[in-house]
Amino acid sequence: MRVVTVCGMGFGTSLMLLMDVQAIGRKHGLHIEGEATDLGSAKGKPCDFMVASSEIAHELKDVNVDVIPIMNLLNKKEIEEKILPVMVRIAKEKGEI
Amino acid sequence: MLPINRNLLKLDAEAQTAEEAIRIAGELLLTEGKIESSYIDAMVRAYKEVGPYIVIAPMIAVPHARPEHGVKEKCVSIVRLKSPVLFGHPENDPVTIVCAIGGTDDVGHIEVLQSLSTVLGDEAKFEKLLRTESLEEFMTIVM
Repeated sequence: MRVVTVCGMGFGTSLMLLMDVQAIGRKHGLHIEGEATDLGSAKGKPCDFMVASSEIAHELKDVNVDVIPIMNLLNKKEIEEKILPVMVRIAKEKGEI
Repeated sequence: MLPINRNLLKLDAEAQTAEEAIRIAGELLLTEGKIESSYIDAMVRAYKEVGPYIVIAPMIAVPHARPEHGVKEKCVSIVRLKSPVLFGHPENDPVTIVCAIGGTDDVGHIEVLQSLSTVLGDEAKFEKLLRTESLEEFMTIVM
């Protein structure tokens, strides 16, 4: 499955989130492809779900995939608890697990 | 490991506003020759345009701009503010630790982000960073 992580410039927090999402995927045997991008480019990117800091997630209301907002980007527990259920659901829908 | 030295750290800096705090962190990078002065303005502009999301966790702001805004080498500076400053984040305000980051391409600073995330995400280390009176100890913790 494919994730797009989003921040204001596609350069800082979105990269941190992408690394975290891929690490969580590896831990649970899910292959996650993805890219980090800026808010302006995010809406046109094909993907199965998006992850962004909560402040940025507000700006992504009109995309047609799940947008997972993260409040504390250093809290691995929050990130995993929010992201894993979505990844598992998508993996099932796509027949990946 | 963070590419840091004592000149890139500052304890108990005095700032009244988010912009002042970002500029203090940026000045450390400028003085050490890591960036052009244009990068400081770009970080402030980015904060004003795309907002307080740079407050990535409670008390922690990570201002940055893009490589083309004037980064000479990948870098980070860490400032501890004497008094917390409001950045406008609904949950993670106020900010005490400001880490200015610069990268020279889209991926080169990943290690910096990872190291920073490891140090600041460690509650015991973070508590010490907030309390220590010694720059040496501060540096030992972040390295």
